[in-house]
Amino acid sequence: MKHLLSTRDLTRDEAIGILDVAEDMADVQSREVRKLPTLRGRTVVNLFFEDSTRTRISFEAAAKRLSADVINFSAKGSSVSKGESLKDTAQTLAAIGADAVVIRHPASGAPQVLAQSNWIEAGIINAGDGTHEHPTQGLLDAFTIRRRLHGTASRGRSLDGVRVTIVGDILHSRVARSNVWLLTSLGAQVHLVAPATLLPVGIANWPVTVGYDFDEAIDAGTDVVMMLRIQAERMMSGGFFPNAREYSKRWGLDDARVDRLHAATMVMHPGPMNRGLEISSRAADSPRSTVLEQVANGVSVRMAVLYLVLSGERGELS
Amino acid sequence: MTTTLLVTGATLADGTRTDLVVRDGRISEVGTGLSATGARVIDADGLTALPGLVDLHTHLREPGFEHSETVLTGSRAAAIGGFTAVHAMANTSPVADTAGVVEQVESLGRRAGYVTVRPIGAVTVGLAGQQLSEIGAMANSRARVRVFSDDGKCVSDALLMRRALEYVKTFDGVVAQHAQEPRLTEGAQMNEGVVSGELGLAGWPAVAEEAIIARDVLLAQHVGARVHICHLSTAGSVEVVRWAKARGIRVTAEVTPHHLMLTEELVRSYDARYKVNPPLRRQEDVLALRAGLADGTIDIIATDHAPHPSESKDCEWTAASMGMVGLESALSVVQASVVDNGMLDWNDIARVLSSPPAAIGRLDGYGDGIAVGAPAEFTLYDSSASRVFDTDALAGQGRNSPFLQLRLPGRVVATVHQGYPTVLDGQLIAEETVSAAAARAAGGTHG
Repeated sequence: MKHLLSTRDLTRDEAIGILDVAEDMADVQSREVRKLPTLRGRTVVNLFFEDSTRTRISFEAAAKRLSADVINFSAKGSSVSKGESLKDTAQTLAAIGADAVVIRHPASGAPQVLAQSNWIEAGIINAGDGTHEHPTQGLLDAFTIRRRLHGTASRGRSLDGVRVTIVGDILHSRVARSNVWLLTSLGAQVHLVAPATLLPVGIANWPVTVGYDFDEAIDAGTDVVMMLRIQAERMMSGGFFPNAREYSKRWGLDDARVDRLHAATMVMHPGPMNRGLEISSRAADSPRSTVLEQVANGVSVRMAVLYLVLSGERGELS
Repeated sequence: MTTTLLVTGATLADGTRTDLVVRDGRISEVGTGLSATGARVIDADGLTALPGLVDLHTHLREPGFEHSETVLTGSRAAAIGGFTAVHAMANTSPVADTAGVVEQVESLGRRAGYVTVRPIGAVTVGLAGQQLSEIGAMANSRARVRVFSDDGKCVSDALLMRRALEYVKTFDGVVAQHAQEPRLTEGAQMNEGVVSGELGLAGWPAVAEEAIIARDVLLAQHVGARVHICHLSTAGSVEVVRWAKARGIRVTAEVTPHHLMLTEELVRSYDARYKVNPPLRRQEDVLALRAGLADGTIDIIATDHAPHPSESKDCEWTAASMGMVGLESALSVVQASVVDNGMLDWNDIARVLSSPPAAIGRLDGYGDGIAVGAPAEFTLYDSSASRVFDTDALAGQGRNSPFLQLRLPGRVVATVHQGYPTVLDGQLIAEETVSAAAARAAGGTHG
């Protein structure tokens, strides 16, 4: 795997392959010495044009557990804030000798531009680009669902027939996009629920079903409820919904809705959560919540991705 | 000393094979077996003679953005593309909203000599959409401005648009509207639709163009003025213009070569060369635009030539400037999109790229066709040629062409402006030669 830019590019077999390598990485994390020498001598740069502490430290932990050297580059306060272009930044990283660049960028497509350019030869891993994709989040979500369903017997399994309901700000969510492409190619049935203002135009062409009523979706039954953060920072022009109270009442996972979920239904959230808006504290902290598992699994999945981008095929993993 | 030219064996747009003699800036003879003592001979066997192409929509960037393009370099791009006249848009710095600026642009064009440069005046001061520019002063200046546009921005205030339409009637002018409802396109990065939803790029909905066109044709009808719609890009826009024309409203419309060929699917590459305003649309829109051009709903093709420096395009999509160069590739792209598939013939091309653009801009001496007594403004085009379009084909400063590395049909072999060649054998004539010829023509007899 030269780059990881999008879950849309992944075939079903490739996706299962990555999740299986992540299982191997998860095994490493349960050992007394949670470190592999695999990427010794390789340099991974975390190139973050947007703040995201949780994603950055997850990638950092993943790289370090594979013994790679890690350079964290935050655009804030750097030459980028003084006007340096993506091209110049990339060429600087190439000169430093980066083998992989983990890029978080506010512009959709920036990782793809970097990968297609001749500015740098490194493998490019998309750590979230604008409102486009966040492929490692999609992978860790799929990994988490698979582990909850199959436990230690997860290897080789798909998500055939699993019903996933994604609720909230689909329009601005790179997490939703990555999950839609990945979960459906793994065989899951994905249902999206949101006010019409927060659904992208053309969603009828997506491989999903769409509704506006959260209660109807709960009544229909679902194995997973994935709540999305309301991205107020992307709603500067306003008018997406009247106010937080109305949104919370119609599309929030409040205590009453949690009580109506099937006992086995898991509740997911990519974080950070707006408690009391899209999710209640009881829902977030309940045993059905996978929020902390998602964080832990994120390290395993990112180890797998770094390993595959930097070391090649699965068979080389010792 | 004037240039006498003898063009032998050219094929006119209607298929007639003929010779031409050019003297004193005009076509003096048309027929077979012509000779002219001492004339420079151009062998046009197998070449189509088109009337000099006129672009109603060019960005020359000077004054203010000379690192993108200058009047001279833009004129060179126009000549190599077969154009003999261009209308230069007003979004320069300072904005072309006073007589001084438009006279400067016209004068730079005259001195360069590759094409006639007719400035377009801004509708509003500083393109700010607040107050009418000195439209009368620009109309009465040496630049004789007849087209007024805030292109790049929409005159979105309905009352101001009404006033502009009324005011330009005084000078038989026209308002060329960039139809883009601003609130509906805030932050827009590409066509709104399936692809924008998947790519996570903010969408530019078709209705934002169509709603403004609908409003403006009704305003034009109300005040009895001429309105011109820049760069139509949607099937709905074609429908609105068709409806307006059926009602007798004085509306004209243009389409760009790139909107006749390219679709939004290309944006999946995030290659910023495809970022343009209005955005590339769906295949259905491309087909509707071609049909609208074929049935006369769309009057003309205009390039919207928009040169940008490399750093404005060699970057992430949302940071990139909108626009692409178009003068050098226009004829080839038009041939590929509407001629080779039989939708239009060369007579139609002579129409949509010459006479109506000149007429809309009230540009005298252009679009008169190839006939005895007409000003010698013509282009010799080899439609049977084919080439991989690369940077060598770009004569302006801009390299932001979406057609680079594509195989395109056709090649401009010669361009004749005011009776002297600006392009021969597909190569630009040297600046000093053209400039000297332009000076002689200005002092001579060309009207």
